[in-house]
Amino acid sequence: MTTIGVTRTTLLKDLRMEWRSKDAINSMLFFALLVVVIFSFAFNPTAEESRRIAGGLIWVAFLFAAVVALNQTWARELRNQVLDAYRVSPAPPNALFLAKAIGNFFFVVVLEALMAPLFVVFYDLRSVGPVWQLIVVALLGTWALVVNGTFFAALSIRTRSREIMLPLILFPISIPALLAMVDATTSILTGEASPDFWIKMLAVYDVVFTAVCLLLFESVLNAE
Amino acid sequence: MTGTSDLSSPPVIVLDNLVKFFGRFAAIRGISASFAPGRLYVVLGDNGAGKSTLLRMVAGLMEPSQGNFTLLGTRDHREVAHRVGYMGHAPLLYDELSGMENLRYFAGLYGLDDDAVCRKAMQMVGLDPELSRRIGQYSQGMRQRLSLARAMFHDPDLILLDEPFSNVDVHSAREMAAVLGRVRDKGKTVFVVTHQAALMEGVADEFVHMAAGQIVAREEAVRNAAIPNAEWTPR
Repeated sequence: MTTIGVTRTTLLKDLRMEWRSKDAINSMLFFALLVVVIFSFAFNPTAEESRRIAGGLIWVAFLFAAVVALNQTWARELRNQVLDAYRVSPAPPNALFLAKAIGNFFFVVVLEALMAPLFVVFYDLRSVGPVWQLIVVALLGTWALVVNGTFFAALSIRTRSREIMLPLILFPISIPALLAMVDATTSILTGEASPDFWIKMLAVYDVVFTAVCLLLFESVLNAE
Repeated sequence: MTGTSDLSSPPVIVLDNLVKFFGRFAAIRGISASFAPGRLYVVLGDNGAGKSTLLRMVAGLMEPSQGNFTLLGTRDHREVAHRVGYMGHAPLLYDELSGMENLRYFAGLYGLDDDAVCRKAMQMVGLDPELSRRIGQYSQGMRQRLSLARAMFHDPDLILLDEPFSNVDVHSAREMAAVLGRVRDKGKTVFVVTHQAALMEGVADEFVHMAAGQIVAREEAVRNAAIPNAEWTPR
């Protein structure tokens, strides 16, 4: 019953269930697609303008779409009170959190990979800076969103209006990460400034919030 | 009397002035009791008597507001979690997975990778391990039996069952009761919270009566010499 073993078992179970139902990925995709299309109708930017605003558009779209999936993270555990079966088992609580966070990370990364070409087409995007840095920002930024999102989704599962509660708690705490993601992405797309500071800030944010979430998750899991 | 119950052994559960409040309402009101190992206890009482709350506290799903309890010789529930099996009011199973997939997942949480353990547990409750249907398509009775298998697949020393016979037909319920009797005969301690006391007559060792958050009576039961040994026919 090592943390890694239980994390792997739980992650595989979640992936299998998502593969069968496709609840999270379908709703995220549909939502993100709507945002891309609506934004492209609302603005009609030149290529230069696109590079300046795309960072904000992309991350707002991914943040909203991720919330749709994050809200469903714990729904399966609440149905039939399956969470109780985990709580009475000797499995480490953090393994459950890690499995959920990694699962959400995987779903959102898949979404980003599918949506990125659409953003390029709809907004006529060409990166002036190195593209590999965009991948680093995407991975660090996505982890920042899902680690907090998974934690706060767990925190709000026992509240009556949890779908509203999650964005209310998650968005304010994600502001530093969102700022770093948007500025880093804009810096890379325009090539006007170095994204190094923002990437480092994202990395620190990820480490700090992952540690805090892991420290507090057992209390959240066992809260009555 | 058959079985291995031994009243001189250290108690499996010791409750010391246990109190549980929900807001200002006291669901459990100062229960002190001890329970010997290797016995089958049937907890009875009206709705709201505190039976499920007591069971959830012992299972480690709730903290007492006051008092404490010792479980299998320790106050640290996590230390003995692998020796406890719990079946809740709800099935505690994933509707999207098949019976074997459910048991395999939970076996992983207990560090058991052996498929044979899961197969044996399913057969014990009369379910076919080859059944590939997702349990969302199971009947209520089948879910209940799989839930029992989930609570017992890891061969726990202490088994806590909350309403195991609800939504189960009488024939299956009697078979479940017989399974519990056989488990007790192997030296395990079983607690069954139920409203169907008649099903446990002849199998139970003791009836524990609860009312208004307290244990109001404990009554030694008369056991049949032989527990029906017929195996369930897999469905």
